[in-house]
Amino acid sequence: MSDGSSVRVERRSLEDDAFRIVSARDSLITRLRNLWNRRELLSSLIRSDIRIKYKNSALGIVWSMLTPTLFLAIYWLVFAKFLKNGIPNFVVYLFAGMIVWNMFNTSLSTATGVIVVRSGLVKKVSFPREILALANVGAATFYFFIQVCVFGLYLLVVGHSPDYAYFWLLPIAFLALYLFTAALAIVMSAITVYMRDMEHFILIILQLWFFMSPIVYSYEHSIAPQLHAHGLAWLYFLNPITLIMLTFQRTFYVSTVVHSTVPTVVGGHVFPLINVLPSWPMSTYFYLDIALLGIMIVLFLFAEVIFGRLQGNFESEL
Amino acid sequence: MATVIKVEGIAKTFKIHHERHQSLKERMLHPRSGSTEVFDALADINFTVDTNETVGLVGHNGSGKSTLLKCICGVLQPTSGQIHIRGSLAALLELGAGFQPELSGRDNVYLYGAMLGFSKKMVDGIFDSVVDFSEIEQFIDTQVKFYSSGMYVRLAFAVAVNVDPDILVVDEVLAVGDERFQAKCIDRIRTFQDEGRSILFVTHNADQVRAICDRAIVLDGGHMIADGPTHESLRIFREHLMGSAQEHDRSGLLASISIDSVTTPSGAFHVRSGAGMHFDVNITSQSAYSGNFVLEIFTRKGLLVSRSDAKGSPVNLTPGQNVVGVDLPQIPLLDGIYDVNVGIVNPRGNTVIAWREQAASIQVTYDGREGGLVELGASIRQQ
Repeated sequence: MSDGSSVRVERRSLEDDAFRIVSARDSLITRLRNLWNRRELLSSLIRSDIRIKYKNSALGIVWSMLTPTLFLAIYWLVFAKFLKNGIPNFVVYLFAGMIVWNMFNTSLSTATGVIVVRSGLVKKVSFPREILALANVGAATFYFFIQVCVFGLYLLVVGHSPDYAYFWLLPIAFLALYLFTAALAIVMSAITVYMRDMEHFILIILQLWFFMSPIVYSYEHSIAPQLHAHGLAWLYFLNPITLIMLTFQRTFYVSTVVHSTVPTVVGGHVFPLINVLPSWPMSTYFYLDIALLGIMIVLFLFAEVIFGRLQGNFESEL
Repeated sequence: MATVIKVEGIAKTFKIHHERHQSLKERMLHPRSGSTEVFDALADINFTVDTNETVGLVGHNGSGKSTLLKCICGVLQPTSGQIHIRGSLAALLELGAGFQPELSGRDNVYLYGAMLGFSKKMVDGIFDSVVDFSEIEQFIDTQVKFYSSGMYVRLAFAVAVNVDPDILVVDEVLAVGDERFQAKCIDRIRTFQDEGRSILFVTHNADQVRAICDRAIVLDGGHMIADGPTHESLRIFREHLMGSAQEHDRSGLLASISIDSVTTPSGAFHVRSGAGMHFDVNITSQSAYSGNFVLEIFTRKGLLVSRSDAKGSPVNLTPGQNVVGVDLPQIPLLDGIYDVNVGIVNPRGNTVIAWREQAASIQVTYDGREGGLVELGASIRQQ
């Protein structure tokens, strides 16, 4: 038996150490600081999350690329081939929207039940509980970057050139996406403790959300033009995911107005124009993204406050 | 001496839902129905723990000791009050709660270390001693789901004690593992004590508290009823336990039997080592009762020297005064003062009917040269 004590250094005097305080309610600043102090736990949890997910499958981590690719193929088949939505080069458009959507969808569908699922841990070990939800968002971020790589490879293969001038907007849009996803994940994970229905409900909400976001249809075919006619275009952008997607789509898909691949029935061989993306100048994208980022920072802090309120009774509800 | 844990006015109340409406439908249909009762798990708890102190937290089931421990570890938020903690704290609460069955033992050591708040670098440094201590070297790269429950707990314990915490919180974990591993754990706890760290030890096993702790805090129904030297607190604990048992006793049996005193013919409790001793236990009983007599002898440090068989000495008490004679034909104990506890238990030997803690103290004098607790009189010769 080894004796670890012999190698230990002389113990420092504890009197110099500051007291940590456990009390009924911690301030937001304290909680954010705790969160930051436990970042190593967050990264451990993210790593173990990713490893566990693919541990016992033959293809392993390949699934994180294969699944979205196959989903992409299905959506392409359904919306471009069967339903003929007319968007040329649809895979690029779809891909740009899907990477954003997958990040949001994966995070929320896994984080919603996470505190209930890991209640054994929550009841026994002390750490900021929201880290569990954030770990799921972190794992989704990892898959996001893998998919971005696959997307980049695809663009190279088909020889589609993105608009490099817009690239610098992507980090802003991504950060907004991350904060929005994290905020919702944290709040949903806490609410699920009190209402277990949320685990099922969130799947329906996510399905609805998918079709409310411009992933499989163009800007023109969304409800935005109708709203615009009534001066209510802003309503469409209340869905923060939309703006983030538009930024990604504008960067990678590039063209805002294209000829449809489907001729009109009346005119014979006329290929009408479709307004795939809103034709804004770069500055509009920038202002909107920055504004969105600001809102998302506030939303994230707000989510932290709500979580702080809700976590007090976790013990008696789990 | 520095204070490492300061508990100030801690209270914790739980809401007990008599009708839980957890699904959305039920919440919509009954927004405010279902009665809720407020339950005070802890009320007004105040104490401090210094460095180099081993404090036992004793109480029977439901006394709030685990709740208090969870508050100290930060797993639970107290309803009011504050707990100040200085230095790093490792808790041995339900070991292995943080393990991911799908991951290997190695990965889990790192993950568990991170959960306890230790960096990867620190875990790197202690990894070998963790593996060594847990004795599962061959299986360290096996997924934890294939571990036996003993291996599981051993690994978790090894991580928790090797991360070098300033404060160690132990919650009834010594019940796990085989006897040899338990001895190893106790040994490690003693090393901790020698290094001047603080230990908070929670159990309802009075023997363990006696063996390990300098001081004990007794909880009952969420209130602190004692805080002092171990034997003093344990006396209060036992007597209180009897007291609350009497309230539940329907037959009135408990109230009817009391141990009044322990006397010797000469009146002195002084004996020479190796000599015999006789004493009488005076018991008053209101009714006839057949049970068993139990005798315990402890050292002043709280080490159990001997406990008589709880089923081996039947006594038939008659209404009125009873005297039970105890003969110790030969006391091989060495120099020191030994405390005697006596009690009456039921015929099956599992329920205490009457008890008297520290009913007498025997002073033993020894003029031989052996050291330790008992004289064995070993004769040693070369062959």
